[in-house]
Amino acid sequence: MAKLELINLNKTFTPRIVPVKDISLSVEDGEVLTLLGPSGCGKSTVLRMIAGLEEPTKGQILIGGRDVTYLKPGDRNIAMVFQSYALYPHMTVYDNLCAGLRLKKVPQDEIDRRITEVSHILGLDDLMQRKPGQLSGGQRQRVAVGRALVRRSDVFLLDEPLSNLDALLREHVRADLKQIFSAQNAPVVYVTHDQTEAMTLSTQVAVLNNGYVQQLDAPENIYNHPANQFVAGFVGSPQMNLLTLPCQGNHALLGDFKIPLPDLPTPPPSVVLGIRPDHIHLLEADESTDRPILKGKVFLVENLGMNNLVSIRIPNSQGKAIVLRALLPPATWANRELTFTLPPELTHWFNVQSGDALVRRS
Amino acid sequence: MSTTLNPDSLATPAKPRKLTVGTVLFWLAVVAIVVFCLAPILWQVLTSFKVNEDISAIPNVYFPTRFTLDHYIELFTRRPFMRYVFNSALVSVVSTVTCLLIGAPAAYALARLRPLGGRIIQAGILLITLFPGILLLQGLLEIVQAFHLGNRYLSLIIPYTAINLPLTILVMRSFYEQLPRDLEDAARVDGYNTLQMLTKIVMPLTLPALVTTGILTFIFAWNEFIFALTFITEERLKTIPVASAQIGGTSVFEIPYGPIAAATVVGTIPLVLLVLFFQRQIIQGLTAGAVKG
Ligand SMILES: Nc1ncnc2c1ncn2[C@@H]1O[C@H](COP(=O)(O)OP(=O)(O)OP(=O)(O)O)[C@@H](O)[C@H]1O
Ligand SMILES: [Mg+2]
Repeated sequence: MAKLELINLNKTFTPRIVPVKDISLSVEDGEVLTLLGPSGCGKSTVLRMIAGLEEPTKGQILIGGRDVTYLKPGDRNIAMVFQSYALYPHMTVYDNLCAGLRLKKVPQDEIDRRITEVSHILGLDDLMQRKPGQLSGGQRQRVAVGRALVRRSDVFLLDEPLSNLDALLREHVRADLKQIFSAQNAPVVYVTHDQTEAMTLSTQVAVLNNGYVQQLDAPENIYNHPANQFVAGFVGSPQMNLLTLPCQGNHALLGDFKIPLPDLPTPPPSVVLGIRPDHIHLLEADESTDRPILKGKVFLVENLGMNNLVSIRIPNSQGKAIVLRALLPPATWANRELTFTLPPELTHWFNVQSGDALVRRS
Repeated sequence: MSTTLNPDSLATPAKPRKLTVGTVLFWLAVVAIVVFCLAPILWQVLTSFKVNEDISAIPNVYFPTRFTLDHYIELFTRRPFMRYVFNSALVSVVSTVTCLLIGAPAAYALARLRPLGGRIIQAGILLITLFPGILLLQGLLEIVQAFHLGNRYLSLIIPYTAINLPLTILVMRSFYEQLPRDLEDAARVDGYNTLQMLTKIVMPLTLPALVTTGILTFIFAWNEFIFALTFITEERLKTIPVASAQIGGTSVFEIPYGPIAAATVVGTIPLVLLVLFFQRQIIQGLTAGAVKG
């Protein structure tokens, strides 16, 4: 019904501040697109351009095929949840919810029907006559979502709506939001710098950095097949091991050990190897393997509760020792000598200069 | 506020208060300050109720035993004092409202639209507030004569508005800058146009600031003397300060202290009522709860 398309968007605040350089995205009905990226990478700016609060320097924004690039926010039929909630403090919850509808001259009985429905979903029934100042953070957040929901808009925008909530509440609301999104049949654009939110809520994730889309893909692909070194390092916690290694023939030299490179037309002089800490495979005493075996000594153990994050020093006769971090089940790892392999299907290879993945996923 | 209950005394009513040197000094200081501030007013109030013999009696009668309303009655029967009150009220109200109507949008523009050269404009405004008003008198008089504004309400309304505009703009600007920007963005997404956003969202939230600056302007206009004395000579257009000062006795040698005191009291009461009435507005912080708490 109302596909959202961004075509070559650019926002230049000043010649030196260009948070959005060239971004093209499209979001279908019922899709949840998450904009994920570090602080200051222009996520909010993209969202504000979609909302019409910021005018793009270049590019086009289409909603349902209609060019809305220069329309006022009120004429775009969008709804937005702000990071700070931005509830009108002098109005009751009820008035906050119906302010937008009143302006659009929606008949009163229709307003009441929609508000009853939304307040039922979000559990706002008892709060209707209160002012935002008398609500807790989580309640304010729900009112903010409610104010967007009653609009029944063509596009739904959320800017880090959970960042002001504590961890436990965030999990609850995250689950609620997921349900609400799936019930909505409109494109949703969700901004976050929290990967868990991005992974759990979205159908598509766009990782932004430096004003460009680094990768646009389904959440599992972002995690399993990062398109470049930035995405690999940004997504996943604890962070992926990223090691710049010299090459010899079609092997990379990890300390004193040789790791076979994937099939490449010409073997590069050096390469970046990426392996997630949870993908390092520890060999049992009697286990045999045809993969290259690595050995190293544990020098640091960080207890993460469910797991231990173990730092392993791998000897290197050519220079400084190499450090790998592995996520292992709890045990007394301190100072142990470990034998392990790197599963080739879970190992990522990146170009040293460009940072792009060497092997493109088919 | 003075009516606030001490939480300590609520929690432990039985505990006798220790009388230390510190508390004694504290209360002595409080009493001294209150007496220092209020004594002249009390003196005026008491004088306005004294009979004439008590006013001129030597030694002074500080606390009269005989009271009279003659001075007040005289004020309203022998002089058109109602007329003066009306003049003062008209001039003050109109200049306050005009000041807010011009100042608030100007302040909003400075705070939000960031016009070219906004900082220079702001520095200029600040400079004007430093300018002593009395220096303007000569120039203003010329202007008033040139435009034939003498003996018209406008000759007071315009200067009063102009003199208070800088302060209004500066105070309102800092208020608008504190207002979360997201609120206005939310309003625009909701479909408010600029005018609706200003009247329905921004204005209610900055009401305390509007009231505060409004009261300051009103008090200035109500009490202003020099301009009112110079620009208005017609009896029926005079404001309270000028009229009170010009209350004369039956002979050159008699100074009518009683009516003057009564005029002062009548002139002060509206201000006291005004401040009391709006005090809640001033104190109330309306922005609470706009953003995360
Ligand atoms: N009005 C503006 N004028 C100039 N620069 C701006 C303006 N708004 C944002 N910027 C700059 O644009 C960049 C991107 O800002 P943006 O708010 O989009 O970041 P973000 O990705 O949302 O970050 P966060 O996760 O911290 O919210 C920042 O460097 C910011 O300083
Ligand atoms: Mg942001």
